Amino acid sequence: MAKSNIAIELINVDKHFGAVHANDKVNLSVESGTIHGIVGENGAGKSTLMSILYGFYQADSGQIKVFDKDFRATSSRQSIEAGIGMVHQHFMLVDNFTVLENVILGSEGGALISQSLANARIELTRLAKEYGLEVELDIAVEELSVGMQQRVEILKGLYKGARVLILDEPTGVLTPQESDELFRIFDALKKQGVTIILITHKLREIMNITDHVSVMRAGKMVAHRETSKTNPEELAELMIGRKVLLNIEKSKAKSGKALLTAKNLEIYNEQGLKRVTEVSFEAHSGEILGIAGVTGNGQGSLLKALAGILPLSKGSIEIMGKTITPETHLNPKKLRELGVAHVPEDRQKMGMIADFSASETALLGYHNDKEINQGVWLKRSSVKANCESLMQAFDVRPNNPNLMSSNFSGGNQQKLILAREFERDPEVLIIGQPTRGVDIGAIEFIRKRIIEMRDAGKAIILISVELEEIMSLSDRIIVMCDGEITGTVDAKDANEATLGMMMANALQPQDEPKGAKL
Amino acid sequence: MSDFFLTAVLTLDASVRVCVPLIFAAMAGLFAERSGVVDIGLEGKLLMSAFVAASAASVFGSPWLGLIAGMFASTVLAMIHGFASITYKGNQIVSGVAINILASGLTMILTLAWFKRGGITPTLQGDERFLSITLPGVDIIDHIPFLGVIYRELISGHNILVYLAFAIVPVVWWVVFRTRFGLQLRAVGENPKAVDTAGLSVEGLRYKALLIGGILCGIGGAYLSTAYNAQFTKEMTAGGGFIALAALIFGKWHPYRVLAACFLFAFLQALAIRLQGVIIPGIGEIPVQLIDATPYILTIILLAGFIGKAVPPKASAQPYIKEL
Repeated sequence: MAKSNIAIELINVDKHFGAVHANDKVNLSVESGTIHGIVGENGAGKSTLMSILYGFYQADSGQIKVFDKDFRATSSRQSIEAGIGMVHQHFMLVDNFTVLENVILGSEGGALISQSLANARIELTRLAKEYGLEVELDIAVEELSVGMQQRVEILKGLYKGARVLILDEPTGVLTPQESDELFRIFDALKKQGVTIILITHKLREIMNITDHVSVMRAGKMVAHRETSKTNPEELAELMIGRKVLLNIEKSKAKSGKALLTAKNLEIYNEQGLKRVTEVSFEAHSGEILGIAGVTGNGQGSLLKALAGILPLSKGSIEIMGKTITPETHLNPKKLRELGVAHVPEDRQKMGMIADFSASETALLGYHNDKEINQGVWLKRSSVKANCESLMQAFDVRPNNPNLMSSNFSGGNQQKLILAREFERDPEVLIIGQPTRGVDIGAIEFIRKRIIEMRDAGKAIILISVELEEIMSLSDRIIVMCDGEITGTVDAKDANEATLGMMMANALQPQDEPKGAKL
Repeated sequence: MSDFFLTAVLTLDASVRVCVPLIFAAMAGLFAERSGVVDIGLEGKLLMSAFVAASAASVFGSPWLGLIAGMFASTVLAMIHGFASITYKGNQIVSGVAINILASGLTMILTLAWFKRGGITPTLQGDERFLSITLPGVDIIDHIPFLGVIYRELISGHNILVYLAFAIVPVVWWVVFRTRFGLQLRAVGENPKAVDTAGLSVEGLRYKALLIGGILCGIGGAYLSTAYNAQFTKEMTAGGGFIALAALIFGKWHPYRVLAACFLFAFLQALAIRLQGVIIPGIGEIPVQLIDATPYILTIILLAGFIGKAVPPKASAQPYIKEL
């Protein structure tokens, strides 16, 4: 019987984390010796799926076959033994160990390390030659560049005998030149018969280097394609999916003067990576400006900069007559005083404090208001009254100000946060993912409120990964990809297909990736 | 000359004796902290072991049985610390402090319950405790000036646990830097995720580290009550566990440097005893408390960054929670 050509086969793999259905009956088959891409938005379940394959998590149910053998890993050890190696998005390296020590960790052989180090040195020199993976062996990993650290991770996998190499968002941290170098290494690996599974949300990479591609959305595997028989447009559509449009009545916008003008913004995130380049736009009163894009393309950093959390490194923002530049930073408190309200993308981490009571969450950021702050003490009655009125205005249930914030449902937490920001009568609203993880009823309520704010003459900047949300709420839409604006459209002219193409920056094929060799 | 020389040698000799429990406790702490578990319970383990060792030595009439019982008691406490902070991912400082309080209270209660005495155990007689060993050749070398005194007073004439303490340091170095276990131990204290994804058990490694620490601390405690002294007395560790912790930081988690720090701190203690009531011309009586506090002051100066930099293992004090 001929040996089948399948390296990895997943059958109905299912995984829950509490209430989250991370992987929903996922099927996947990866041909040996190919480069197989898995695309999907952040949170689609790609990383979870691969972590199950790598033995980091265990599936609740389903079957996995590796090179035709039934496989069930309770720790990464079994996966390594089965020939699977993984390069995680955040490298799994011991910073103050040398390259050599990092590579042998977990595969030392004998009880003493001197012999293992000597063996590894010979083997790594060989691997480096064979695949073009040269790296200095006796240097501490923390002194290497990110690209070099990634090589160490790949070498680690190969040294441990990996025939299948999983890479999770490998280019996320690389410069374009380093990415090109990585793809060259992929080619060398493929020629030697190594199977590569590439997790990414960058469609251009998928189109350029993979043989097959599978698309995940919301925990489900929604499509498998041969890369040569698909196109970025189709993939974008599959990734984002068509969702039922909630019917929100919306009159024509009465757009007024510009309340916020952003010019040539350049923004670095907390890790010091450049996330936003040359972004300019205006937000007018009485108008909702939607910013669309696949998660991780700079919208989050843009939102933080607009709210005063991240500083600008270039450019300027004019808000309500004040100008923010890299030299004149305004902190969130000052911006609030100017009339800028901010609903953060991640309500759990930034919008509220889980073990504070609702009344305390309801005053975050406004705790210095005269009626609440009385020198040393907070005026408890005002704190409570403030929360009660917010709860009533936004129909937060249960309407109990003393309940711990984490005990409310996602929708009610979000309503409380929106109430806090909306009820102060701001002029500019910066809203991130207003309906993420929120039930249908609350979605409709929240969207209506946003439109009410627009009709009251506020300037609203809405960032959402839900294309459907952007389309149903916005009056104008800008699309971001890789930190740049790749398209600006009027909402009435927008359709999912063109937006999807802009989100993948696939509209202008002549626009080569930065750093490509001439 | 010779008076001063003899005093100096005797002070160093006292330092050696004071140093021993510090070495055992600091080496115990080194294993724990290198694995990413902060071990503030060293003091409690020393104390518990000192009590149990003295009790067992008294009851069974053998210091060796006392030593084994002490190691066992200390290991039990180490495992409680592991259970709370590794298996149940509790706060390591809280768990360690709890162990200190537990040991302090339990030793008091048990002296009352077992021996009907408040805070002390029966005095160990003769070979119920570890006795000094006279090394061969003392008589011969004794005639050589200086060297003779050093050999007789400083090198010879200690009990077996003293020699063990100094012998164990190179062994610890070898284990930590030359063996597979040592490599994994250092890795788990720096980046437990890297260890997990390499297919190794983070919890297993940390338990092993605490187990070794428990045994070492046990020897240190047994030394206090069955070798250095001849009975357990209330709070006899007198902060030795904390000084060991300070030595661990001062020695930057490196066995030889930690040994040097232990010896420095022990020397300061010996000096404090020696200088008690001594009036130095022009200065007056030196406040002994100031010398006692020196280890802590030095450690604070170190932590403030004035003498080098103490960088603890990165994952220190962080329970490992598996997530992407």
